[in-house]
Amino acid sequence: MNMMTTHDVASFDVRAVNKRGERSLYKKREKIHPKRVQGFFRRLKWIVMAVTLTIYYVTPWLRWGRGPGAPDQAVLIDFPARKFYFFFIEIWPQEVYYITGLLIMAAVGLFLVTSIAGRVWCGYTCPQTVWTDLFLVVERAVEGDRNARIKLDHAPWSFDKLRKRVMKHVAWILIAMATGGAWVFYFADAPTLARNLAHLHAPGVAYSTIGILTFTTYVFGGFMREQVCTYMCPWPRIQGAMLDEESLVVTYHGWRGEPRGRHQKEATEKLGDCVDCNACVVVCPMGIDIRDGQQLECITCALCIDACNGVMTKLGRAPDLIGYDTLGNDRRRAAGEPLKYSFLRPRTILYTVLWCLLGVGMLYSLATRADTDISVLHDRSPLFVLLSDGSLRNGFTVKAMNKQRVERHLSLTVEGLPGAELSIVGQTDAVLVIGPDDLRSFRVYVRAPRADLTSDSVPFAFILTDAGSKTTVHYQTMFRGPAQ
Amino acid sequence: MAEDKPIDELSGTATTGHEWDGIRELNTPLPRWWVWVFYATILWAIGYWILMPSWPGITGYYHGLLGYSSRAAVEKAVIDARQAMAGMQDKIAKTPLAVIEKTPDLEEFALGAGRSAFAVNCSPCHGADATGRKGFPNLVAGNWLWGGKLDDIQFTITHGVRNGIDADARDVEMPRFLADGILTQDKIGDVADFVLSLSGSAHDAAAATRGKQIFADNCAACHGDQGQGNTQFGAPRLNGKLWLYGGDRETIVQTISYARKGVMPNWGARLDPATIKALALYVHSLGGGQ
Repeated sequence: MNMMTTHDVASFDVRAVNKRGERSLYKKREKIHPKRVQGFFRRLKWIVMAVTLTIYYVTPWLRWGRGPGAPDQAVLIDFPARKFYFFFIEIWPQEVYYITGLLIMAAVGLFLVTSIAGRVWCGYTCPQTVWTDLFLVVERAVEGDRNARIKLDHAPWSFDKLRKRVMKHVAWILIAMATGGAWVFYFADAPTLARNLAHLHAPGVAYSTIGILTFTTYVFGGFMREQVCTYMCPWPRIQGAMLDEESLVVTYHGWRGEPRGRHQKEATEKLGDCVDCNACVVVCPMGIDIRDGQQLECITCALCIDACNGVMTKLGRAPDLIGYDTLGNDRRRAAGEPLKYSFLRPRTILYTVLWCLLGVGMLYSLATRADTDISVLHDRSPLFVLLSDGSLRNGFTVKAMNKQRVERHLSLTVEGLPGAELSIVGQTDAVLVIGPDDLRSFRVYVRAPRADLTSDSVPFAFILTDAGSKTTVHYQTMFRGPAQ
Repeated sequence: MAEDKPIDELSGTATTGHEWDGIRELNTPLPRWWVWVFYATILWAIGYWILMPSWPGITGYYHGLLGYSSRAAVEKAVIDARQAMAGMQDKIAKTPLAVIEKTPDLEEFALGAGRSAFAVNCSPCHGADATGRKGFPNLVAGNWLWGGKLDDIQFTITHGVRNGIDADARDVEMPRFLADGILTQDKIGDVADFVLSLSGSAHDAAAATRGKQIFADNCAACHGDQGQGNTQFGAPRLNGKLWLYGGDRETIVQTISYARKGVMPNWGARLDPATIKALALYVHSLGGGQ
């Protein structure tokens, strides 16, 4: 193989825009012009970008048959009907704990992944990262790579500069509109809404949501970029607590690279592997120098690894001068000790157990959840009514819910109240007829002889019975009477 | 003077010139975004003065170019709400009560309208929970004086009771048995004991036996043989546990001696037919409806 020398490696005379120690909270933002890079992690990021964007844009268009009267959109957050549909799952508002549980699982999962492999969320899948990457693709296609962009920034205004700028911003705004546009499809039937949007018949909230998301996507992806991560996002600060010596992070092996330099000035000087070409600096979308060590700004996008490995390969040196490594192993490598990977640590075990418990618990409750429910509200005023024949009557509002897709006839009875009679306003029988997937409210009066009451508050239960499946639902409540 | 402002060497910022024990106060300029927002609020205030009512005068006030008034806004909101409800009100006015009761959306609207109309017009006497109090009937227990069917209730609300204004008002009066010299004090006492016996309350058995015939001669025509009452004459049920004026012997004697004349306004003169229908449906739904 034709070995290259340090002279053949392109070198960049730059300092990292957000170099550690030179950062100031009060300085103006300096624009970062990340250079294009090729390598394993860049390819991985392309794939992740394609997958996540596809999921985001395509999901609302997936269909899932649920039978007549129910929406056929696979994923739908139906605010007017207060339902959340996710493929075969249908969540009612009172089951919002499933969503809470999912969010907790997402958080614990994030803790787990972070404690094992660092900020992979930030570097690969965070929407801010993905859309910034997408905006950079457009920027590169229109204005060229890093040097061309810097040159264009400094160039005086000309027709060519104007043309490029207009093209770039128009493309960005189109992407931003598509992003905001895809969002609203999660909240209404996508094909209908798309038609209404096109005919300007869609509800105002759809247009304003698209407008707001278009604006934020355009501003966050086009202008604010790394500032969102550094100044706005709380996650980088929280993630610091998830990381320890045994978490994988993007590391510069200083013991191997230092002292850095291109040319050996004196024979006695022994240079490290780092040729100080700054390739890692110019590709960094956060504008930092990874060789300064672990920094809050680093989203571990791993592009500096690709950049450095490209240089190391050219020079025939061992790769991964910058690489994924744990801080513990970096120290062990430097000291010549055997490497140790301990992904099973108390915290990772704890996170895994928590995550699994939550998941299993939720799956269990989802699989066994009742398709019938009842809730009872006792009248507050009057608490009870004395009737002519001396008996007492209590009024209740009974809400019965049918989560099946067929109309059901459920009979309502009373248990634990001697001599009680039950009547439903507007009905002669005690059968609650509830339509498919519906919730109905009934006025129910329970009448009991005063003599049989042992206290001013007697516990009893409403029982809802499905004659067909023999399932019953109990609701414990109180029968109130005058003080004894 | 201003150009003489001392500059702090460390930060390069001007100081205010104030110094305490060698500590000097920096005169850091306000952030520009803050200053501009402040100017914007001043401009806003000036625009507000011009457009909105702002300056008080001796006899009136400056109305502003837009002529906004919160009172007018409320009036408009009320008119808008009336218009929004007009369609349903019309339907309720035109639809028979029995049909409204079977039409869920009409019934829901009527019950809501009835609830608020009841709170404003009826609850002062009948109570917020419609259970009534002494002299004012309980509307939820099914113990009706003038009938508990939807049409009965509608009629009673429309024309009222013994108000002397509405010709159709419920207007049957009980005789004042003592005051008008129909029965003597002793006989009234005997009848009272008999009335108490009808509901199984404590009573003097001998007096009750003497009172039985007196009851049959004077009371049963309206109140029924068993004291079951008659809504035709607004004659209350006497064999139950509920008493409009009180179920003790003294009160019953008082009632027989001097009679009771509960009155109720003829609401037909004050409320529109749709509201009265809504009230009838609401009262009917409270548990006593027949």
